[in-house]
Amino acid sequence: MSWFTRKEKGIHTPTELKKETPDGLWYQCPQCKKIMHSREHKKNSFTCVNCNYHERIGSAEYFEILFDNNTFTEFDTNLSSGDPLEFVDTKAYPDRIVASQKKTGLKDAVRNAYGKCEGIDIVVSCMDFTFIGGSMGSVVGEKIARAIDKSLETGFPLLVISRSGGARMMEAGYSLMQMAKTSARLALLSEKKVPYISLMTDPTTGGVTASFAMLGDFNIAEPASLIGFAGPRVIRETIGKDLPEGFQSAEFVLEHGFLDFIVDRKELKNQLKDLLSMISQ
Amino acid sequence: MSTYLDFEKPIAELETKLADMKQLAEENNVNVDVAVKTLEDKIKKLKKDTYGNLTRWQRVQLSRHADRPYTLDYIFAISDKFIELFGDRMVKDDKAMVGGFGEIEGETVMFIGQQKGRNTKQRQMRNFGMANPEGYRKALRLMKMAEKFNKPIVTFIDTPGAFPGMEAEERGQGEAIARNLKEMFMLKVPVICIIIGEGASGGALGIGIGDKVLMLENTWYSVISPESCSSILWRSWDYKEQAAEALKLTANDMLSAGLIDGIIKEPLGGAHTDPELMSKTIKKTILDTIKDLRLMNNDERYLSRIDKFSKMGVYKELQVKVKA
Ligand SMILES: [Zn+2]
Repeated sequence: MSWFTRKEKGIHTPTELKKETPDGLWYQCPQCKKIMHSREHKKNSFTCVNCNYHERIGSAEYFEILFDNNTFTEFDTNLSSGDPLEFVDTKAYPDRIVASQKKTGLKDAVRNAYGKCEGIDIVVSCMDFTFIGGSMGSVVGEKIARAIDKSLETGFPLLVISRSGGARMMEAGYSLMQMAKTSARLALLSEKKVPYISLMTDPTTGGVTASFAMLGDFNIAEPASLIGFAGPRVIRETIGKDLPEGFQSAEFVLEHGFLDFIVDRKELKNQLKDLLSMISQ
Repeated sequence: MSTYLDFEKPIAELETKLADMKQLAEENNVNVDVAVKTLEDKIKKLKKDTYGNLTRWQRVQLSRHADRPYTLDYIFAISDKFIELFGDRMVKDDKAMVGGFGEIEGETVMFIGQQKGRNTKQRQMRNFGMANPEGYRKALRLMKMAEKFNKPIVTFIDTPGAFPGMEAEERGQGEAIARNLKEMFMLKVPVICIIIGEGASGGALGIGIGDKVLMLENTWYSVISPESCSSILWRSWDYKEQAAEALKLTANDMLSAGLIDGIIKEPLGGAHTDPELMSKTIKKTILDTIKDLRLMNNDERYLSRIDKFSKMGVYKELQVKVKA
């Protein structure tokens, strides 16, 4: 719904992470400003060695972190946005899509893959915030639905990694209905008792929070992630005052009872293995 | 005296003129039947022209008309008996979300809907029809109760959005709506959802998963309000008309996109011009639709509800040919 209300905080695209990191390239933590070697940062699952700031990484990095030997099968790779409403604001929607595709090398804001994670077969659907703020249009909805269907078909546990500002306004009603669609498929998955883990990362807001992201058997989050329904700007404007420090942080959401646990990215793979092996039938 | 919207001014002028003419004639005991008839025809024609060619923004205005019937107005008009049920059993009773069992011609129905207020005090009490998480949880509690006693569910949707407040976030607004979406898909009783005014975003969808989703003719349903869309995409509040056009948020738009199942016709000029007729139409639609939905068994019905929403969306898929 409000995918760029967070601009004030600065959406830092870690472009240096996209490229193969040559030796001698340095990474500066945007939070504590410490400079570290990119290789070191990557080895640390793209978290700061000094302050543990979790860099906003994308699907390529998560797949590499999660899948054994970075081996996975990506599926449904050929979906891209239509323009059902011929939506034009200050720019035509198809132009926005093409520009974003060029900038990111991605087709849309989510990628699906399955493979082994610590020897356990899992399906992973991972959002990319760099693609129009990770906003959910028909492609995102359809791909998440298909990831759920893959879990339904194989019985492999499902992990969805959310990083999104919410709905994609340029798909209006269609975008809204993706909340319904993903929830519909999750209802079936739940009836089949296939485990679903929802990992919320920074930021997870709007229609994504109000649908599949909050519907995990396990709702977990990375430290300090912004997680909420309404964005901070909208809330500030509604109540007419500043929000307290840490409002809508993962820690805040956990304290209020809406997360099972917060997981450090360096521990993610291990935690998944332990959790999934404990509940396996 | 009814409230006129800006684009209704010409109609208002003629109606004032007509009233004056009638009064003058009565006071002076003169016959003005011919003039009255001419003026009445003129008004009729103007109304047809005006309401037959409404822009999307004008429909948004009608959907928010100050005299428009709200959820409880319809419930009281439609049901022979109604027992309102309060509370989510956890935090409090959310006055922005109402519900209870009603009886229509011997048929017991669980009514649920957002409720707006008519005057300043009521509007505050009803929080402008913006529910908090406890409203969505109350709605879910009532839906589960309807299922337990095997009664169909009818929801009336009329909200500018789920409330974006601090407490709403603390109590899990996102989780509350998400849970409703999933749970509504698994309900084994017929579910009918009717947008009677504003259908804004997740706040509307949170009670909007139905076997039949219907919109009154002059309502809107979308992912965001035209005003908020304007402020985000155009960075100004001044493009609400354009935003309404771009969002394609009317009943006609949503039906032709295949995102709703039908449109309920309103009296000429809008639901508020003849609430009695509007209520009768809604009542008949509800009874007919329940009858239709009962033709399916419970499993067929909820699975086809899942199937219907699963098909929503438009995307391109490149078919890659694999050589044999
Ligand atoms: Zn740092």
